[in-house]
Amino acid sequence: MNRFAIPLGIFAVLVVVFAIALKRAPEKQFVQSALIGKPAPDFVLPDLLTAGASVDSKRFKGRWMLLNVWGTWCFECRAEHEQLLAIQREGKVSVVGLNYKDEDDAARKWLQELGNPFDAVAVDKEGRAAIDYGVYGAPETFLVNPQGVIVYKVVSVITPELWQKTLLPMVEGKAL
Amino acid sequence: MIPEIGQFAMILALLLAAAQAFFGIAGPWRGQQRWIQTVYPAVAGQFVMLALAFGCLVWSLVHNDFTVKLVAGHSNSALPVYFRVAAAWGNHEGSLLFWVFVLSVWTLAVAAFSTSLPRPFVARVLGVLGIISVGFLLFSLATSNPFERLPAGAIFDGNDLNPVLQDIGLTIHPPMLYVGYVGFSVAFAFACAAMLEGKLDQTWARWTRPWTTVAWMFLTVGIALGSWWAYYELGWGGYWAWDPVENSILMPWLLGTALIHSLAVTDKRGLFKSWTLLLAIMAFSFCLLATFMVRSGVLVSVHSFAADPKRGIFILTFLALTIGGALSLYVWRAPLLRSEAGFDLVSRESFLLFNNILLVVATVVVFGGTMAPFIADLTRNVTISVGPPWFNIWFFLPFLPLLALVSIGTFARWKRGQLGESRRRILVSAVAAIVLGLAVMLGLYGDRSVIGPVGVVLGLWIVISALVDPVDRWRRGLSVSPAILGMTLAHIGLGIVTIGLTTMESRRAERDVALSPGQQVEVGRYTFRFLDTQQVEGPNYQATRARIELFHDGKPESILLPERRNYWVQQQSLAEAAVGVGWRRDVLVTLGEEVGKGAWSLRVQVRPLMRLLWLGAVLMACGGFLATLDRRYRRQRSAAEAAAQAAAATSLAGGNAT
Repeated sequence: MNRFAIPLGIFAVLVVVFAIALKRAPEKQFVQSALIGKPAPDFVLPDLLTAGASVDSKRFKGRWMLLNVWGTWCFECRAEHEQLLAIQREGKVSVVGLNYKDEDDAARKWLQELGNPFDAVAVDKEGRAAIDYGVYGAPETFLVNPQGVIVYKVVSVITPELWQKTLLPMVEGKAL
Repeated sequence: MIPEIGQFAMILALLLAAAQAFFGIAGPWRGQQRWIQTVYPAVAGQFVMLALAFGCLVWSLVHNDFTVKLVAGHSNSALPVYFRVAAAWGNHEGSLLFWVFVLSVWTLAVAAFSTSLPRPFVARVLGVLGIISVGFLLFSLATSNPFERLPAGAIFDGNDLNPVLQDIGLTIHPPMLYVGYVGFSVAFAFACAAMLEGKLDQTWARWTRPWTTVAWMFLTVGIALGSWWAYYELGWGGYWAWDPVENSILMPWLLGTALIHSLAVTDKRGLFKSWTLLLAIMAFSFCLLATFMVRSGVLVSVHSFAADPKRGIFILTFLALTIGGALSLYVWRAPLLRSEAGFDLVSRESFLLFNNILLVVATVVVFGGTMAPFIADLTRNVTISVGPPWFNIWFFLPFLPLLALVSIGTFARWKRGQLGESRRRILVSAVAAIVLGLAVMLGLYGDRSVIGPVGVVLGLWIVISALVDPVDRWRRGLSVSPAILGMTLAHIGLGIVTIGLTTMESRRAERDVALSPGQQVEVGRYTFRFLDTQQVEGPNYQATRARIELFHDGKPESILLPERRNYWVQQQSLAEAAVGVGWRRDVLVTLGEEVGKGAWSLRVQVRPLMRLLWLGAVLMACGGFLATLDRRYRRQRSAAEAAAQAAAATSLAGGNAT
């Protein structure tokens, strides 16, 4: 066996691995307009608040869902926290958190201190689910209708105006 | 009209690149002089066409032509003009065009500066570069056309460039990285050309050296700028996060560093020939691999551009063809290589071998860490987390011995196995470093941690030992060549980075607080007093600016002005940290949110010696630049010119005689 063929062999293995990875990569990604009107990608991820439990995105079908991507490292997320709490109090949608690339303890501490606006918080350490949603950073928020279709995507903070004028009318069926 | 001209120029560039690839490879193979001659105009033409295409893209951005999808998606009329120009590479399509444009500049430079090298060899180098150019142009035109128009015609105003990206650091850091990345294609092309030719003596290594060093220099500057940009723009003081994209830049840099050292051995001593070939292939392969990982969406990263699996398939195919081709050539040619000379265990050669092994191990560690989550997911359907803590430990396992060996290696002699009189110098410099390092760390900072003092001692040792030889030469009245000066400077830079990094990491302090006007917070010997906030307006944003007075040991030092900006178009809110820089320390203040009644949440940080990181990187890059100025690379040219003149004179004389 020619020892100079070893690099070629390793490289061939890598190409095969990459090819498999590509085949499994989700079809549509990232483009905001392309995501709207498409079924929200499903995920099953560990539950932040209950050890050993998991959060299944299918559980929220049948109701409007606001999927909020956040992390304690994200300064902007603090800015929209009050608004998320207000939306939760209003009770018109399920608010689901996707804790993105974060430390579990820090995230739990954050919710303890600032209040928990979420019906459930899924832990996405690797950003596996986040890449399916084309998340670019945090915060990002997706509005998903009861059929499980993405209706709107918010990059950055949800302001009270944005909620009142854009998202809420969609939920109440007054827009489009 | 202008975008169509740009696209047409890209298509012409593709045809010219194909011609360059064909004639460059086939010409020397068939021994066709005329085919070889054809390569040069193709290179020049390709450069002109790509410069035109890139110019058209910039023109469309500057003139706010929102009928073009790229312009509408990434620029905005409120954007200052230099950011509109920067938008040309702040997105996937534009950056690809920029990539091939840079490649055409490198190719042109190779054609222009290699007049002294044998023509068939240069033709082969240009041919290999042509193949790479064809691949990228095809990729760009088929999957990511920058000049694509919007189907519905013009829209009123464009989306903004991502506000995170609106910064001067961004305007220059990706171009630097691309220039560095693409630069390794030259070393790759030289290696492939040498293998195609079958003449694998050490000359190709000498020809490759300045190109590799220049590419490495750009990569160094690019990484430092990117890190500096993240540090002061992203607002939380991070400068390196072991993110997949950062890793994919670090890997070519590590391999490039290894390549520079092994090229030196091959050039000077004719050793490590097959290893150097392999490194030249690997350095560029990792650049392509990096492109694949970032652009195909197989890895998650905050740096990712819009990803698309279709693009991934294209790059993967291209990767398989070029790298696979080069590695196949290697299987065929490398067995022919024999090293004539041997070397002893404690000679400079063996230290450079250790340097190479450790750098490659470090690359493998970074690669493994980057790939692990995704391979685990692939094979066992489990998600595992490989974060900074993992990298911080595993990366420094090969890197710490590497740092220690740098000092001893600089004292070792070529070939000879005795350290001899160097032994005393090693001892003296080590003792000096230990005494000085411990004195600084314990005396000045009172540091009790392990990593701080160890890092500072190692860094000081590198700096001291790098200085010994040049100072010795200078005292004996010998000249110090630019190559030695460059090496010295780069090693001092490495030492300084080591000192800065370890001190900063072991001694930094930060606090998150909520302050009302008039209140203050203390971090170490620094006091931050929150004065007030005011509203300010930027070109495309509105901001709240806080005034924070900084005191050092109770004495007022400066006023810091962190901002929280709201960008109108993308409705994104961003913190613009205030960074107070100094030689002793950096202080950072990030403005969070208003938490009621004029009180704001703030994050304050104190980072000692942070500036040494950037200083060290600049020194490394300057060292690389100096090394390329060495006379050796010019002498070969004038010698060849002399030979050519002599040949012309003889033929003339011969003509007279007959």
